[in-house]
Amino acid sequence: MVKEEAIQVEATVIDSLPNAMFKVELENKHRVLAHISGKMRKHFIRILPGDRVLVELSPYDLTRGRIIYRYK
Amino acid sequence: MVLKSAAEIEIMDEANRLLRSILREVGGRIAPGVTTLDLDRFVEERIVAAGGKPAFKGYPHPGLGPDFPGTICASLNDEVVHGVPSTRVILREGDILSVDVGVLYRGYYGDTAETFAVGKVSEDARRLLTVTREALDRGVRQAVEGNRVSDIGHAVQAHVELHGFSVVREFVGHGIGARLHEEPQIPNYGSPGKGMRLSPGMVLAIEPMVNAGGAEVLLSAEDGWTARTKDGSLSAHFEYSVAVTEAGPRVLGLLPGEARPW
Repeated sequence: MVKEEAIQVEATVIDSLPNAMFKVELENKHRVLAHISGKMRKHFIRILPGDRVLVELSPYDLTRGRIIYRYK
Repeated sequence: MVLKSAAEIEIMDEANRLLRSILREVGGRIAPGVTTLDLDRFVEERIVAAGGKPAFKGYPHPGLGPDFPGTICASLNDEVVHGVPSTRVILREGDILSVDVGVLYRGYYGDTAETFAVGKVSEDARRLLTVTREALDRGVRQAVEGNRVSDIGHAVQAHVELHGFSVVREFVGHGIGARLHEEPQIPNYGSPGKGMRLSPGMVLAIEPMVNAGGAEVLLSAEDGWTARTKDGSLSAHFEYSVAVTEAGPRVLGLLPGEARPW
């Protein structure tokens, strides 16, 4: 079968929510609830509103995502 | 991931036995001059006559393409997987042809594949077939209780790369049962000890795809399905549906003479 991978898209952080959750806006203006990847938490990578980030989306639930990279 | 009962595994064993006996007949029909559509027609007739339904025919394209038109995936030489059966693909002496076939039988899926040599093939092609089949056996041997999913792929990759071939990354094995593709995905590469823990009742379709040259593949722009090696090197593909049992891996649908010590 064809390997199914999460879709990666760039997004901008709109709002910081409790529990390391963020509201981010994708380039297509969709707003998605995203949490931080465990690796980023481990390395204390801080994310602030306005940051550009890379978000992983599951093809099954496009309203939630996972932040896997913060651009400098 | 869905665990199967002993009774369900017996049905899946039957489904795979049907496929493997058809594949054995296909092996007898493969000869120079035969087209892949001839083989497709033959397999479809046999599946329907046995009360099954071809599992690949009409399978939706993962992207934006047409549904898969064939009962078998017939992938010739540098075609890796998902070759579309056609009257234009005529077998010639020295070719290698991978035939992948799936069936829906009494509510459960069977899925298996074999790569055949057409007549006499080159020494390199022969070696590729042997190594790919051995890699499948190595993978099967890892499908035991307590291991993790990536132990399978690790064993496959180690064997393939030891012989100087490469493992295709874009396609993976999969769980199978009342659906053709279930969790987990089973890559044929990776470090050991990662992913889901294997437990009795899991049924896994393990399917190494091995290129004689580089690992990269390209998707056909023409039919949206056929994957070819980027460098044009030969590619082989073998697949078993394997049940994880307390007594070790059980390859489903084995015919007399096919059992090997896993």
